[in-house]
Formats: sequence, C-alpha cells, structure tokens
Amino acid sequence: MAFFPKPAAGSWTEQYPELGTAPVNYEDSIDPAYYEAEREAVFRRTWLNIGRIEQVPRVGNYFTKELAVVDTSLVVVRGKDKQIRAFHNICRHRGNKLVWNDYPGEEVKGTCRQFTCKYHAWRYNLEGELTFVQQEGEFFDLDKADFGLKAVRCEIWEGFIFVNLDPDARPLAEYLGEMGKGVEGYPFHEMTEVFGYKAEVGSNWKLFIDAFAEFYHAPVLHQKQATKEEAEKLLGFGFEALHYEVTTPHGMVSAWGGMSPPKDPSMVKPIERVLRSGLFGPWDRPDIEGLEPLPPGVNPARHRAWGVDSFHFFPNFMLLVWAPGWYLTYHYWPTAVDRHIFEAKLYFVPAKTGRQRLAQELAAVTFKEYALQDANTLEATQTMLKSRAVTDFPLNDQEILLRHLHKVVGDHVKEHANAAG
Amino acid sequence: MLPAEFAELEKFGAWVLETEPERYAKRLASSMEEMQAFYDAAFPHLEPAAAHLDGFPVDDLPEAERNLLLLMFSLVMVSFPIEVWKQARVPDSGAAYLDLVLEPRV
Repeated sequence: MAFFPKPAAGSWTEQYPELGTAPVNYEDSIDPAYYEAEREAVFRRTWLNIGRIEQVPRVGNYFTKELAVVDTSLVVVRGKDKQIRAFHNICRHRGNKLVWNDYPGEEVKGTCRQFTCKYHAWRYNLEGELTFVQQEGEFFDLDKADFGLKAVRCEIWEGFIFVNLDPDARPLAEYLGEMGKGVEGYPFHEMTEVFGYKAEVGSNWKLFIDAFAEFYHAPVLHQKQATKEEAEKLLGFGFEALHYEVTTPHGMVSAWGGMSPPKDPSMVKPIERVLRSGLFGPWDRPDIEGLEPLPPGVNPARHRAWGVDSFHFFPNFMLLVWAPGWYLTYHYWPTAVDRHIFEAKLYFVPAKTGRQRLAQELAAVTFKEYALQDANTLEATQTMLKSRAVTDFPLNDQEILLRHLHKVVGDHVKEHANAAG
Repeated sequence: MLPAEFAELEKFGAWVLETEPERYAKRLASSMEEMQAFYDAAFPHLEPAAAHLDGFPVDDLPEAERNLLLLMFSLVMVSFPIEVWKQARVPDSGAAYLDLVLEPRV
C-alpha cells in the first residue's frame, strides 16, 4: 500500500541502475581480509569527521582522537592564529605518544600553551613546530625546523572538523558534493548543548549503518515504544520514506514525523504529553534563526509531514536533522572486522528554562532506549552472518541506502586493488 | 532539600542524582515496586515542577530548584520502565550497553 509517491522509474532503487536489485552478498561484513582492504581503500582515503569546532573554541584548546582503523591517534588543536590543525599524536624524537593522560589509549581534551612530550620533554607549539629539544647539543646536525609534528589534512565544513590521511585527497567541500551543499546554512552553530554516548558493538561497522540507514525496522523492532493502538496502526502502515537521494558516495533518506507534535496526544505516553517531547525531540521549536526556510537539501520533498532527514556521509558519519530543530550525529569506528566503537551525539539549542531542559532530557533518554534495541540486534546478526548458512540477502526499496553503502565500499576496495596492480 | 510546595517528595531524596549514569544505575538496581512508588508520587508534580522551574534561569538555579530538576530527571529515567517496558531493562537489549559520556550539567 503506497502512501507516498515513488519516482517515475517505479522505485527509488531503480532510479540508480548501477545499484541493481539483486540480493546483496554480506561476505564484506565477515571476511577479515576484506576488512584489511577497507582500512586501506576507504578509511585511509576518505574524509573522516572527528568533531565539531565548538570542542576547540579558544586558542590552545585541543582534543585527541583514537583511530584504530588507520592505526593512529590524532591531536586536534586551535593555534595562536585561530586555525584548527590536526597532527599525528607522535613525538618526532623516538615515537612516544605525545598527548595522553594516565592511559595512552584513552582520548583526552584540554587547554595548553604548548605540547611537551612526557619522555624527553621535547616541546611543540600550537602550530606543530618543534620549539625545544632537551640537551640539543647532544644531537647531530639537528635542525628543529625539520622535526615539527606530522600534519594531517584537516578541513572544516559547517563547523564539522574532518581529516583525511591522504595528502592528495580532493578538498572536503568537493568531496561532500551536492549532498553537503544542500545542508549548508543549517544553524548547527546554535545547537551547542550536547548529550554524547559511546558503546563498543560486536558487529562489523557497516551493519550498524545498515540499521540506521533504513526505517523499515522501526514499526517492528520499536513497536513496544508506542501505545498499543498506535503500534498496531504503525505496523499496519509499515514504513515508506518521503524521499531518497543518492549522490555517490553519500546518500540520504527523508522520513515523515507524525510525533512532533502528535495529531492526537493520546497517541503518546503520559510523560511525553506533559513534557511535550519524545523521540523526535522537544515539540516546541527553539527561538533561533535559520529553521525557516530550511536549506534546500533538508526536507528535499518539502513535505508537510516531514520529521527527520538522515544523511550518510561516506564512510562512517551520519547526520540526522529533526523537524523540531535539533540534530544528531552517529559515528562508527571499526576496531576489527566484527567490532566497532559507536558514538552518538545529540545537539540542542541550549535550554533557558528547567522545562526546556526536561524536554531535552526526555528526548535523550528516549534516544538511548531505542538505540539499545537497535544495538542488540547487531551482535546477533554478525554471529549468524559468520555461519555463512545464508550468504545473500534480498534488500527492499526502503533499504536502498544499504545497497548503496555496500556497493560503494566494494567499489573503493576494487579500485584500490586495481590501482595497486 | 526541595522547594516547599514539593515537600511530599522529600522522601524520594535518593533519586536526586547528579548524572545520567547514576540515574541509569539506580534504575537498573531498583525493583519495579520502588520505581512505581516513585513514579506515582512524582508524576502528578511534573507539570507543577516544570511551571515552578520556569521562574528561574536553568543555568543559575537555587539549590532547592536544582534538586527538583534533578529529581524530575529521575522521573524521566523511570518513565520507560513504568510506562512502557514493565521492567527496568530495555527488553531484548541483552548485553548491549550505551554509556553516556557527555551531558549538559545543571
């Protein structure tokens, strides 16, 4: 039963003939050799979002980011010239990790005037230049200018800090392309109140992207979260998106959002009625500029019933823009073929009153309840994929972004292998 | 510890907790009967509490109002077990966890 129109091609998927419609092979999520190829072909060669500029608002603010998938740790710092730079977190003297506290594997943040290595006190300024060498005279023809921190490509888009380990990568804005351009101008900078979550998940990184790239599961997996009558109705309707867009390597889905606010308050739980908030966020829009009109890429179908857009920026960054005026990010950082670290952050306009803050608290608590249901299906899926009892799986039209993700990763792996000869 | 008009909630002072990890841990450690008693007592005060808190800027709350807000955060925390799950844990969430690592402090 179709509630929302599909494109002239007959389906969202067939609009993009290169995607095909055949069942998809999931060997790419269980094969350790393929994972090794992904690390080289995807994660060492694409733009990775590792934070927001609000994390380093002032000169000397820094944070570190552990990137096991590319075997490195980065330090991101705002220099005296206000520029944000990223460096490999390694001392040029003998390879000690430069910035860490107590446990070398744990990410840290802070403020400093310079970085001093714990080992032999080599010092680097905020721009990465080596400024002091302990007993410099003991070295042989050492020119400090040759031993600055090793920089990593670092560019900013709409306040999101991206890095790329490939020095020859095309510029970030070009990489994000039309999909990025369509979102530009959204008031991300107003949404500085953050709830952050983290978990280590026992599945391939692509499986969790799969889980969040389709809403086909929502009326089923999450049915207990709605009132009984509402859940039955939702299950009867199933899920249909308002719009899908694929601009390789990225993709997005635009979905309806009847819950923000609901047409009939009896559809939602008692606490949601009092606090006027829920999964889709606080129902009352924050009083800021930039939400009306929205940038052209947000709610691209310009549908009245729009609730949320989910953008997948390849490879591992998802950005969800919600109708009531807040956003959510997901990151999936692989640590092994069958493990990854999942990070989620909810960003709101800072609450002015306790009531507003309570509405945000309910949205954040609700998010966690849903995400826990999502996360636990993944380990179950990973173990059964590994059985190889079934290898190919039919993906429906509402799962177009999954089909696209696995194809794009495959294309990167193939191209890289071909280039290597 | 709470504003005078919320005095009857004083006995739930153990639910005045600073952080989400503390509130989540208390939820998992509580029986349904304990959470039901807290929910039944606190829920009718939620709207009055929100209205009362509207009289103060959230980043500069007096001690009693701050405690009230933290107590209502705990009401939000137990609302899922009471209104939805009928148990403390998210059903079928098994070994899955999701740690809150960053939250706006009040």
